[in-house]
Amino acid sequence: MNVTTSTASNYARVVLRAENVWKSYDDGAIRVLNGVDFEAQTGQTVALCGPSGCGKSTLLHLLGGLDEPDRGRICVNAVELNPHRSRLKLLRYEIGFVFQLHNLIPDLTLEENCLIPTVAAGTDRKAARERLERLTAMTGLSHRLGHRIQKLSGGERQRTALCRALMNKPKILLADEPTGSLDEVTSATVFQTLLDLAASEGLTLVMATHDRAMAMRCDRMVEMRQGRIHEPVSL
Amino acid sequence: MIFFKLILTNLGRHRIRSLISIAGIAFSVAAMLTIVTVLQGAVGMFSGILSNDSEIIVFERNVSDLFFSNVPASAVQGIADLPMVLHANPVLFGIVSSEDHPIITCFGVTPTDARIQKATWLQGDPLTFAKHSGDVVLGERAADFLKARLGSQVQIGHGLFHVIGVVNTTNGFEDGGVFMPLKSAQAFFHKEGSSSVVTIKLRNKDDAAAFKQQVKASYPNLTALENEEFTRSYSQFKILKATAWAVGGCGLLLGGLGVANTMIMSVFTRIREIAILRVNGFSKTQIAGLIFGESGMVSMLGAVVGLMIGAGFLFVLKLIPALHGYVDVSIEPQVLLIVILLALVAGIAGALYPAAYAVRISAVEALRFE
Repeated sequence: MNVTTSTASNYARVVLRAENVWKSYDDGAIRVLNGVDFEAQTGQTVALCGPSGCGKSTLLHLLGGLDEPDRGRICVNAVELNPHRSRLKLLRYEIGFVFQLHNLIPDLTLEENCLIPTVAAGTDRKAARERLERLTAMTGLSHRLGHRIQKLSGGERQRTALCRALMNKPKILLADEPTGSLDEVTSATVFQTLLDLAASEGLTLVMATHDRAMAMRCDRMVEMRQGRIHEPVSL
Repeated sequence: MIFFKLILTNLGRHRIRSLISIAGIAFSVAAMLTIVTVLQGAVGMFSGILSNDSEIIVFERNVSDLFFSNVPASAVQGIADLPMVLHANPVLFGIVSSEDHPIITCFGVTPTDARIQKATWLQGDPLTFAKHSGDVVLGERAADFLKARLGSQVQIGHGLFHVIGVVNTTNGFEDGGVFMPLKSAQAFFHKEGSSSVVTIKLRNKDDAAAFKQQVKASYPNLTALENEEFTRSYSQFKILKATAWAVGGCGLLLGGLGVANTMIMSVFTRIREIAILRVNGFSKTQIAGLIFGESGMVSMLGAVVGLMIGAGFLFVLKLIPALHGYVDVSIEPQVLLIVILLALVAGIAGALYPAAYAVRISAVEALRFE
């Protein structure tokens, strides 16, 4: 059975769950997910591995409420996502996203980019500022606050994206190949920062990656193939 | 602050495009302001002719143009004899032409008329007015373009007239016009025994309603209106004002289309950025706010620049001698407010489709093209 199961004892700690999720594009012509079951528990780091096109990104998008499944259920913090549930609340407070490309706004400074989620959520300025200082200190970006994105290196940009994703203190971080566009050394640094932040913030991290070495440093590694969870690997 | 910066940032990214949009709104605003102000000035000037030392105007009922109104001399006399009337001055309007000037306004007036008595006589003597049938008094600008002075003979229409005075008035129509004795004008325009209007000054302004009632009862073919009432209801004025606003409105429509084009391009070129904002918690309202904020900024900047261009243009128009007295550079606050509001509405309307498009952008679709 293509499923990563949970036991009765840890059931209450499940923060992300996909149940028999199906997803296709172009009116069913492109089938991406074929009945995926997936769970992630509080504070767990989970690596989603698999070849390109196996459905990792799509699963992350569904788990984060960016898209809707054709069939099946997605639950975040034990609440099912449906068209009636405010996805804004989810994106503002519960889930942070990091992508392969940093997706920062180049004309703004590092500080301004990081503050975008707090503007969206209407967070108190002082609190936002304190949060920004804490995150940039943890990621070694304190000295770059006033710099425009063009002036930052690839690693700094990705760490900035990481800070931005965590500004509103989400407890779940979904990372779609966050080091995919970086060189080996920078990639290792960013991944370490990611793990450090996950540990210090108590995050549940679900990360899509091609990098087996990185995946093996997560609490769990889940293999995906042809739109299915192919083999659960417990580490 | 960052929200505001996001708006400014995008305007700054495509400076030329933004400037073209601002210029579109600016020229539309300038055109609207100029046309409306010039026409309102002209309407004000024409109203000024009628309200010179009077409160009420009497003319033929249901005529669309005062030049076609006929008030018989008997009615003028009857009205003048009403106890509440201090004086009643018949005026006959006519249009004449000279060699180089196809349109010259001609006023047939009585010697006691305020236009003659209260004008500043630059040449000649008001006591000589209407002593001879072939005499005329010229407004200063008319004397200038007819190259006439006291004692000159001037060809006006098919007649040759003797200039017995030159007067200065602040009213453009009067300053560029010709004053004839009423009887001469009636003969010249083949309207013996009638005038176009009668301007009335009452002994007591409070009697206006009673006077109007009296006119209505005694002369069913005539209508009496207080000056403000006349300015509001005269169909020629209404047509002029409506035309001015319509022409200006067309200008703003074009400006609004320019904004729409800019905003559509703006949204198309940053679909990914909008998707990222959505992923970071921006609501549809906030995304729409960015688009409307951007177009609002373009509109407001355009309005400010347009008002400055319009005011400058009006000032230049006022300096042109031929337009002396016709162009009033004092811009009415009401016109200013309406023009600014219309510019803002044009900008917002121009952003409607782009904003609707922007809020429909699917974050996941946009991000899939990484």
